[in-house]
Amino acid sequence: MKKELRLTVNGQPYELYIKPKTLLVEVLRNELGLTGTKRGCNESACGACTVVLNGMAVRSCSILALQANGGEVVTIEGLANGTVLHPLQKAFLDYGAFQCGFCTAGMLMSAKALLDENPEPTKEQIKEGIDGNLCRCTGYNSIIRAISAVAKGEYKEAK
Amino acid sequence: MSKYSVIGKRVRRVDGTEKVTGSAKYTFDIVLPSMLYGKILRSPHPHAKILNIDTSRAEKLIGVKGVVTGKDTLGHKQGIWRRFSELCDEEILCRTKVRYIGDPVAAVAAIDEDTAEEALDLIDVEYEPLPAVFDPLEAIKEGAPQIHEGVELNINVNRHIEWGDVDEAFKKCDHIREDQFKCSSQAHVCMETHCAAASFGYDGKLTVWTSTQSSYYIQALLAGMLGLREGDIRVIKPYTGGGFGGKFELDSAQFCASVLSMKLCRPVKIVLSREEEFTATKRRTPMYYYVRLGAKKDGTLLAKEVRVITEGGAYTGMGATALYLTGFFSSFPYKYPNYRYDGYRVYTNTAPTSAMRGFGAPQATFVGESQLDMLAEDLGIDPIEIRRKNGMTPNYEVPGQAYIQSCGLHQCLDKIEEQIKQRGKLPPNHGIGIAAYGFMSGGIFNWFDTPYAFSSALVKVNIDGKVDLFTGACEIGQGSDTTLSMICAEELGVHLEDIRIHSGDTGICPVDLGAWGSRETLMNGNAVKMAAADAKRQLLEFAAAKLGVNIVYDLDIKDHWVHLVDRPERGLSYFDVVKGAIRGKDGEAIMGRGHYTPHRKGMISPAYSFGVQAAELEVDTETGKVKLVNVTTAHESGTVINPIGIEGQLEGAIMMAGGYGFCEDQPMDEGKILNPSFADYKLIRSLDMPETKILEIDTYEPEGPFGAKEAGEGLTNPTAGAIANAVYKAVGVRINDLPITPEKVLKALKAKEQQKK
Repeated sequence: MKKELRLTVNGQPYELYIKPKTLLVEVLRNELGLTGTKRGCNESACGACTVVLNGMAVRSCSILALQANGGEVVTIEGLANGTVLHPLQKAFLDYGAFQCGFCTAGMLMSAKALLDENPEPTKEQIKEGIDGNLCRCTGYNSIIRAISAVAKGEYKEAK
Repeated sequence: MSKYSVIGKRVRRVDGTEKVTGSAKYTFDIVLPSMLYGKILRSPHPHAKILNIDTSRAEKLIGVKGVVTGKDTLGHKQGIWRRFSELCDEEILCRTKVRYIGDPVAAVAAIDEDTAEEALDLIDVEYEPLPAVFDPLEAIKEGAPQIHEGVELNINVNRHIEWGDVDEAFKKCDHIREDQFKCSSQAHVCMETHCAAASFGYDGKLTVWTSTQSSYYIQALLAGMLGLREGDIRVIKPYTGGGFGGKFELDSAQFCASVLSMKLCRPVKIVLSREEEFTATKRRTPMYYYVRLGAKKDGTLLAKEVRVITEGGAYTGMGATALYLTGFFSSFPYKYPNYRYDGYRVYTNTAPTSAMRGFGAPQATFVGESQLDMLAEDLGIDPIEIRRKNGMTPNYEVPGQAYIQSCGLHQCLDKIEEQIKQRGKLPPNHGIGIAAYGFMSGGIFNWFDTPYAFSSALVKVNIDGKVDLFTGACEIGQGSDTTLSMICAEELGVHLEDIRIHSGDTGICPVDLGAWGSRETLMNGNAVKMAAADAKRQLLEFAAAKLGVNIVYDLDIKDHWVHLVDRPERGLSYFDVVKGAIRGKDGEAIMGRGHYTPHRKGMISPAYSFGVQAAELEVDTETGKVKLVNVTTAHESGTVINPIGIEGQLEGAIMMAGGYGFCEDQPMDEGKILNPSFADYKLIRSLDMPETKILEIDTYEPEGPFGAKEAGEGLTNPTAGAIANAVYKAVGVRINDLPITPEKVLKALKAKEQQKK
């Protein structure tokens, strides 16, 4: 028996009918075609599926879409302002904060949630902020440098 | 000012914008019209005969479109060592026997993943369990269960390397050490699991999108297994979510999706689950090492003898290469006048072992660098000093094996020594350990038996000056698309933005063996440089005629300016030259071709990178826990083409190799991997990541494009050894088997206490 789901994703309201056990990540990827959000484990451990739900970074593989009913979701596709990249995206590019790119969407969304809540995090707080996001390529330090650069206002004029 | 206008610059990756905006498409994201989803049924037994497979119940499940077993295949066995048929030992879909927990026995295609998963439970496989063996030291014994028919003592392959007179040399040594070491396994942990979407049409042609490090290998291996011509198979590599050595062999997702698609004439996609990724894909080779090392009193190394038994797991894969390379790199980076290696790869009923970043060299370096520190201490010589005394130098020949041209090892040692001195006195329970290393820039060996050049590239210059670069090189995250585009832009005298790279698609790209063995920068880089030079020559022919220059002048292009090298103010716009040259060629776009295969460069590699790493760590003597504090690496990889790329390779390698040193492992019980999830497989996360410092050493490699050589895998070699040496410096215990877990450290500390009493 399908249920109704109302969800705003990247500013666009959607009304869908889904099976109750459908995960948020499945709605985003399969129903809405927003494949920027990845899945790396399905056990809430790698963070590749991180999106921002009502201002908080959540693992979209570990919540049912219906739990997000009425909520506002921001995915990687909604991070840039039109064609203007978000400061975090620019910093990731300049600091080489990704390689294969598979964890990048989740990493950026965790970083966004972190900076939205705490615009001037310490290095330790940045490390904690992305500790749930696994990256096998970079060794994290370039990611930490990129987030620090944004926090320190290096990309301010771009905001 | 740099003589280069593109290379060496800190540029954004050419695939960067797509990756930070979520628009980069991976195989994982591919959806095709009428596509089905596949799942693979795997053996629960480590060793068993397959008596019968009944798929009838699964086939009746609504939504299931097809089930295949080994009976639906040609029954061929595949392997990447194609030159040796006995080493092609893997059917992928087993017909009569399974050899490890995870060996595929059937595959299902259904309308969605849930239905396919459900159908797996409805396949009835009748097994007759056979006695199994898990430890290579047991498997090599007389009377052990035979895993592959006709393979005596389960010895899959052996390798011997020798030069000098080892036995005679040991007689001349003042001091000899004999030690044993054990190197553990490690999972690649690519963020994108192995996956493939295969589409076979009524036209008899197969297209496979897959997450791979070598489109060409997959094309060629699939052709053999499916009975198709290579030209009827197109392998497309979209963006790939990591490889690390785990994705250049034909895998179960690629093969099963293809077999299903050929049966159903519909696209089929298979994505391995994280658990399958941990249990049923290949992994780093565990090794047992016995090493005898002899030196003069003054620390001059005279002889080394190495004997290795590796846990092969159920199939050969690239494990035979790991066996060879661990033997070769056990001599690195020192000038041993006498050296002998004997290695045996032994089949076991465990998940097959194969290539993983460093390819046998991280094991060799952990062992070699641990033992060298032990020997230095015996002799009362400083660890830096003994390395300086014996370290390789430029233009050195490893007898009968390899030619080292550029080598900056000694500069690296100087830098690291300086750093350690600057650090001064350490806090209690802190230690700094060092390890020196080297690695190859692509392999010279051709066990795959390809008739093609190892690397090739095509450059097409269009009427507007834009350049299409076609190459079989595979971007897997390491940055080859960016590095190769930079090389192309530099050689052609255009801007990076002018290049559009098309890589890893066998349908449109010339062959390259792929991204393994740290080969793309040097080998494909040379091919790209040659192709760009070929295109440039055609432009310069036109420009020379147009300018009416004296024959004594050389022309070149830089920053869109076609000019006389000795009179740079005299020239023409690149864009005008392109337009004119294309007109002059009857409208044909300018096409440049390039290829590279190493010749007369020994048996291993055309060039080698070198470095020295110092790891500072703290040991908690209460818990035994090791905490990495700082890892400083002096590294030389020839001319740096892409600095951000090198930094990323280095820091990423520390995460991976540090994990190999003290936390990553795959414990097993009766062939079953006990930690197949991120909850149980421990790896370094952001909070555990140490400070990292890179000291780039300037060298120039004559064989490399613009003087460049590898900077990918070599960086994974030193860390485990540096950690072992640092633990010893910190708390005085020597751990000879990886990983250096809290339990092992505590046990050793207790033993040390008791010894004192």
